[in-house]
Amino acid sequence: MSEPGRRDPPGRGLASRLIETYFRAAPVTVPIYAVLTAAAVGSLVILAVGSNPVDAYGALLSGAAGSPGAIAGTLARSTPYIIAALAVAFGFKAGLFNIGAEGQLLMGALAAAWVGSSPALAGLPAVAYLPLVLMAGAAGGLLWGGIPGVLKARTGAHEVIVTIMLNAIALGAVAWVVTSPDPVLLLDTTASVPHSRPMAASARLPELIAGSGLHLGFVVALALCAVVWFVLERTTLGFEIRTSGVSPNAARYAGMSVPRIIILVLAAAGALAGIGGAGEVSGGPNGYLTPGLLRNIGFDSIAIALLARANPFAIIPAALLWGGLLSGAPLMQLRADLSLDLVLIIQALIILFVAADAIVRFLFRVRRPKRDDELGEQAIFAKGWGV
Amino acid sequence: MALQSGADQPGADESRADEASPDVVLEARGITKRFPGVLANDTVDFALRRGQVHCLLGENGAGKSTLMNVVFGLYQPDAGELLVRGEPVRFRSSADAIAAGIGMVHQHFQLVPVMAVWENVVLGDELTRGPLLDRGAARARIAELSERYSLAIDPDAVVGELSVGAQQRVELLKALFRDADILILDEPTAVLTPQEVDGFFEIVRSLLDRGISVVFITHKLREVLAVADEVTVLRGGKAVGRADPRTATQGSLATLMVGRDVSFEVDKAPAEPGAVVLRVVDLTVADDRGVPTVSGLELQVRAGEIFGVAGVEGNGQRELVEAITGIRPSVSGSVAIGGTDVTGWNPRRIADLGVGHVPEDRSKDGLVGPFSLADNLVLNRYHRAEFSRRFVVRRDAVRRNAERLVADFDVRTTGVDVPAGTLSGGNQQKLVIARELSADLSLLIVAQPTRGLDVGSIEFIHRQIVARRDEGVAVLLVSAELDEVLSLADRVGVLYRGRFAEVLDREEATRRRCGMLMGGADQHAEEVA
Ligand SMILES: Nc1ncnc2c1ncn2[C@@H]1O[C@H](COP(=O)(O)OP(=O)(O)O)[C@@H](O)[C@H]1O
Ligand SMILES: [Mg+2]
Repeated sequence: MSEPGRRDPPGRGLASRLIETYFRAAPVTVPIYAVLTAAAVGSLVILAVGSNPVDAYGALLSGAAGSPGAIAGTLARSTPYIIAALAVAFGFKAGLFNIGAEGQLLMGALAAAWVGSSPALAGLPAVAYLPLVLMAGAAGGLLWGGIPGVLKARTGAHEVIVTIMLNAIALGAVAWVVTSPDPVLLLDTTASVPHSRPMAASARLPELIAGSGLHLGFVVALALCAVVWFVLERTTLGFEIRTSGVSPNAARYAGMSVPRIIILVLAAAGALAGIGGAGEVSGGPNGYLTPGLLRNIGFDSIAIALLARANPFAIIPAALLWGGLLSGAPLMQLRADLSLDLVLIIQALIILFVAADAIVRFLFRVRRPKRDDELGEQAIFAKGWGV
Repeated sequence: MALQSGADQPGADESRADEASPDVVLEARGITKRFPGVLANDTVDFALRRGQVHCLLGENGAGKSTLMNVVFGLYQPDAGELLVRGEPVRFRSSADAIAAGIGMVHQHFQLVPVMAVWENVVLGDELTRGPLLDRGAARARIAELSERYSLAIDPDAVVGELSVGAQQRVELLKALFRDADILILDEPTAVLTPQEVDGFFEIVRSLLDRGISVVFITHKLREVLAVADEVTVLRGGKAVGRADPRTATQGSLATLMVGRDVSFEVDKAPAEPGAVVLRVVDLTVADDRGVPTVSGLELQVRAGEIFGVAGVEGNGQRELVEAITGIRPSVSGSVAIGGTDVTGWNPRRIADLGVGHVPEDRSKDGLVGPFSLADNLVLNRYHRAEFSRRFVVRRDAVRRNAERLVADFDVRTTGVDVPAGTLSGGNQQKLVIARELSADLSLLIVAQPTRGLDVGSIEFIHRQIVARRDEGVAVLLVSAELDEVLSLADRVGVLYRGRFAEVLDREEATRRRCGMLMGGADQHAEEVA
């Protein structure tokens, strides 16, 4: 039945094809190999600049996990990545490419900062205030995810385009609200470097270990992974989401409302990211929002979600890797006399090898599955990208 | 092997041939081709004589296309050899085969819809004048070829706007343009109306008259008897027999093809129609481009009868079914089911009235390939209390349901957790049939229920459909296979350009009458245009 000479459907972007290919790989091996390959190529870079890779990676490792304090730092650093990657992965499962986690995080953080520093709420006890702050964050993100959801469901506007635009708007809006001196919206007028009004003490997520920077948000992130997994794998809603992600046609024929699912998933993904943003303002060391606080977390989360193949539990190690690289970097800089940017290079290499999996497969002789059908639904969820 | 001496052939040169059977222009010896998990061809022998039609008969999946793809250089055989005009050859690609004078028209056409006929024909084999295409020479050559082989076609027409029959002529021209004198036609009639098939056989005969030899792949017995000089039957990758079409009957060929006796008659008692279940009034539906492909259609289907919709594909079948099931909005008119006006209802509400729907494209619309059989068997039912409690899916209930249906409907699988996409076409269709027919039904809509299936699955599915009818379900059957409609339906409506050209009782509905109506004869609408 399969005839020779069939070509790929036209009009699919190179990127979407590359990434789709990646999902055809054996589930775990290729991401791990991709990371190892990135580390190997990274060591060539280290050699090229005249340092010793063993020293450098040793320092990186001990900076990330060499002491209880370092581990706590890594966990703290990873927290927003876990939640934001969850927001991206949730979209993947429905065949949607939510590139808007960046904006959704920011809007969540903004809403949380506003509610958490509102004079009208001052004096609220933490048991009431903390849930309120997180809900405000969820609401901010929900709005920012819901807009592309509604636009896609009603008009077919592609979520990638819309979320990119909304990222830009969120960035500008947050910068303005937080730093505008006239009118003063959320600016802390007493600060020398512009930032938002500080949040009330009872609106701040408590630290899990005093002085470590690791706050309650990490536990929230882990819990959300479990919730998302449960919703996707065990509920009727999750069944609808996965069906319309793999085959919108079959979903329609089976009586599911695909537009409803699109709105719901993007709004829920936004809410997730919003909680992540709220957690960072409220649990972070400062307790206020600066325009740059969450820079690139949303974008890096796309890579993390891909590395984890959109599996809610696999996101945890993938995000820890990311956080570990970032929190170990300063020690590496100190000991091996390398630029912090080396870590960015390694992260970029990981993304590269994740995307260009053919290289990894060739190097490690990973067998390609015989037939698409044998792969399970993972194979398909990059299809919604058809940019 | 039924040797046929003195086959009519023009005095073509025989100087090159020097082997024992000088007539044989193409021979495959002991061809074996393995795909992962499948032995698609198992030491197959095959010989084509000059100026003859050699039919390759076999069910879907028997290995016909594979064998010819090997001959055409698209696949490398794992064992065996090929001889062209007595000379051993090894084709590394189809370019080698083309150079050896072999042409192939694939089951799925390989044309560029936005290009003109002449551009499609020369594509890959452009006549050039310096760096430029020699448009004039190419067109003259095409005109001459279509004249010689009576392939009526306008070289400047855009391929995408041609009928399927005309596109097929373009494919033939492509092969002839490259001087093919051995033509492989892979299921060429699958897409044609009965009248077009007759016209196509005319073309084949004119090819033979010019000394071209033809391999004709089909699974339709009627056609074998109509055109073949020789028949090779493939089953499960093996050449299980050869037959002489002058003495063979449909029954003897079918037995060879399937490996056991088959009955073409569907056993069924006369219908006992009850109340009208489906009533469609003055329905107009537009396709994806906004063109109304169903216009002013009227239809009534009663409980306990099978209403068969015959017609060439693309005359509004898909849109009609999608409008009734709520998947596609209608432009005007109404649909009522069991007396309830359901116009504008969503698919779920309609399905919940007891409407089962087997969509024509099972793998795209009826199933989610990567999902397990169990999940696919509740695809439109997971929300019911039987399978979920407070939004949580009851996985044990889903599993039990699957185990029961897989057994009841004889779905051949290693378990209910395997992805549906790994099943064969016949078993995928049984899966969809199992899901849709096991519901509490008042109306059952089945589109192309047996397309591409083996005879065993076809018999099974037909029996299931008749059984539902006998339980008093109203059945709307849409099929591009006229034979299927005629063997199942109690009444037949011939769909032509978006409405029924005529609705016939089964006794009035002869092949000939339906064929004419399918092609638009008897159609007063012509005058209106
Ligand atoms: N490219 C391929 N890869 C794997 N299996 C194939 C391929 N082509 C055909 N097959 C398998 O080989 C068998 C014969 O297929 P085919 O030659 O297309 O049959 P036919 O043309 O007689 O319907 C089938 O089981 C089919 O699934
Ligand atoms: Mg075939």
